[in-house]
Amino acid sequence: MNKIFLVLKREFMSRVQKKTFLLVTIGLPILIFAIYAAIFYFSIHSTSKTKIMVVDNAGLFKDTIAADSKDVTYQFSTGVSQTELESKAKQKAIDGYIIVPADATLDDQINLITGSKIGIMTRESITSAIQSRLEKLKMDALPVSQELLKKAKAENKVDFVNVNDKNDSGMRAGVSYGVGIFCGILIYMILLLYGTSVMRGVMEEKVSRIAEIVISSIKPFELMMGKILGIGAVGLLQFLIWIVLGVGLRFLLIPILFPEASHMVSSGVMDANASGADMAAVMQALGTINFPLIITMFFVYFLGGYFIYASLFAAIGCSVSDGQQDAQGLQLPITLPIIIGFVIMMQAVNNPTSGLAVFGSLFPLTSPIVMMARVTQGVPDAVSWWELALSIILLFGSFIFTTWFAGKIYRTGILMYGKKPTWKELIKWAFRKN
Amino acid sequence: MAILELSHLKKYYATQKAVDDVSFSIEPGHIFGLLGPNGAGKTTLLRMITGIFYPDEGTITFDGKRFDPENDIQQIGYMPEERGLYKKMKIGEQALFLAKLKGLSHTDAIAKIKYWFERLEMQTWWDKKVEDLSKGMSQKLQFVITVLHQPKLIILDEPFSGLDPVNANLIKDQIFELAKQGSTIIFSTHRMEQVEEICDQIALINLGKKVLDGKVSAIRQQYKENLYELKLDKAADQIAASAIFEPINQAENKMIVRIHDGYTGNDLLRYFLDQNIQVQHFGEILPSLNEIFIRLVHGTNAVTRSFHNI
Repeated sequence: MNKIFLVLKREFMSRVQKKTFLLVTIGLPILIFAIYAAIFYFSIHSTSKTKIMVVDNAGLFKDTIAADSKDVTYQFSTGVSQTELESKAKQKAIDGYIIVPADATLDDQINLITGSKIGIMTRESITSAIQSRLEKLKMDALPVSQELLKKAKAENKVDFVNVNDKNDSGMRAGVSYGVGIFCGILIYMILLLYGTSVMRGVMEEKVSRIAEIVISSIKPFELMMGKILGIGAVGLLQFLIWIVLGVGLRFLLIPILFPEASHMVSSGVMDANASGADMAAVMQALGTINFPLIITMFFVYFLGGYFIYASLFAAIGCSVSDGQQDAQGLQLPITLPIIIGFVIMMQAVNNPTSGLAVFGSLFPLTSPIVMMARVTQGVPDAVSWWELALSIILLFGSFIFTTWFAGKIYRTGILMYGKKPTWKELIKWAFRKN
Repeated sequence: MAILELSHLKKYYATQKAVDDVSFSIEPGHIFGLLGPNGAGKTTLLRMITGIFYPDEGTITFDGKRFDPENDIQQIGYMPEERGLYKKMKIGEQALFLAKLKGLSHTDAIAKIKYWFERLEMQTWWDKKVEDLSKGMSQKLQFVITVLHQPKLIILDEPFSGLDPVNANLIKDQIFELAKQGSTIIFSTHRMEQVEEICDQIALINLGKKVLDGKVSAIRQQYKENLYELKLDKAADQIAASAIFEPINQAENKMIVRIHDGYTGNDLLRYFLDQNIQVQHFGEILPSLNEIFIRLVHGTNAVTRSFHNI
């Protein structure tokens, strides 16, 4: 045990002390955040405003078109000739113009002549602004009162209420959907990232021939476990740093960079009035999610999944003797279930009780990814308690099996040089006696 | 009492018998040479002695008790033929890590590392990385790591390969010194001249079997071909064979002769004395280990075997 700890400490320290660790752990989230912030910033503070000039000879629009975005302005004028407008458009003083002929009716087509290229988003916004203005004017002409029309158009609210849990609103489903996908993707990345990291570490030890010296001091299994635990500890540390950074950056930087950000984001989706209530609804939905359970489950599946895959990757790493090339072929059967798990997860978030989702969340090679997506949708609703218990038992059962299996392969493989073994040979190594 | 005793040790792989019924014992404080062509099974044998492999059959007795890899490993230092170190790790930390794996405490390990670094003039290396060392330098480091924990049994697989004569002598002196202090050394090689110089006792392995073992001097006696070298005062090619000897090689006034069975060197001398031929030089030729080695191994399929996969 003491020796496993020595190996663990070496793995941990040698990784954490590397400059690349700091770079990846702190630099990467900052970089990603910076890129998002830049995209966000430029999409909000874009200075390019589209100016449309309207010469409304028929008085069709009654001098207003309500712009539904800040980026487009409509300027009404009369008595400007077409040639004058054309030259203005060519000089880019305006982006486009509309001439409504004097005999035009509300049903006519509107022609917008543009001087510069107008983006698809702006086009849509212009189209809908013109259409809704004309619709309003047409409705005004109808012999029905505005109130009646509004009443007729109002949508009835449909609310979903679950028998177990009184609140199952669409907002809550949406939020738990988001959290589910997020957790699933996170576990998927952990398995791939740290799994291959274990594989590379084992390969490095084998190729540099240090393994033989270490194994003359400790058992191969101790070396393997020390490595897996050490890299796992690095992963946990990295996560803690990321969580702290993520939370910190969000709270510190968003208000500084975008004082009006929250308003802008929601106004893109709904009207400004609703946005406050909307945020409150999201918050309330987040509040109903059982975070202590999800976080516990996250660590259970993180550890279980990591141990299963890390030991399998270690087995691959110890059986190849020269580098990445060899590893690729053997790696495929290990990475495949991770990818399949990811695919099932995408299905499971939409339909958490389907047969495929249940299977995926019980099968230990996919359960770390799939179960996370289901658990976030509520435990008695989307996953029954016995399913969860069975899934965890299977997970830890297979974790014990794979570490045993990998340990057997490791013992033979780490000292075996020469040609790359086949899967058949690997399995033979695992089951033969000492 | 022997420090290490192997009895009927066997290790079979799927396609071949890597070690096939090997027995020998090593006395404490001796330097023992384990010889054999490539692929003879030396490495497998050493891996069983270091507890990396378990023998299929047979027993290993270490220091009077049945070999218990878990604990006895602390008493063994093993330097494999393929050297390996963590390339990116600092040398001091590396030595510390490997010493602690052998069960030394932190302070004890540091004291021992300092002692050895001083002894081999490596004091300034502590913060260097292995990738910055030359091959000879990392060899020295490897040696220090092997002997750091004062093992009772030190196993060195080709310890001098890649070392310049100065450093090779440095290491050789350390080996003698360690043996004098009571450590037993197993020295695996196929460089015969080193074996004759260093080892007290050898075992020759071929095709997984022990071909011979014993004291170096005794083996040379055992394999002697009754050859004598003579230097005479007259041209040697005028001397014909007699009942006592037959000439093997004659050039100018030197000759090599083989004495027939039943005669001794004295009979040969007496013959020349009787002939009144002046003998200026007379000596017995003992076969070198290299010759014995080649004679024993030649003709077996030792070479083809080294290409077999395990």
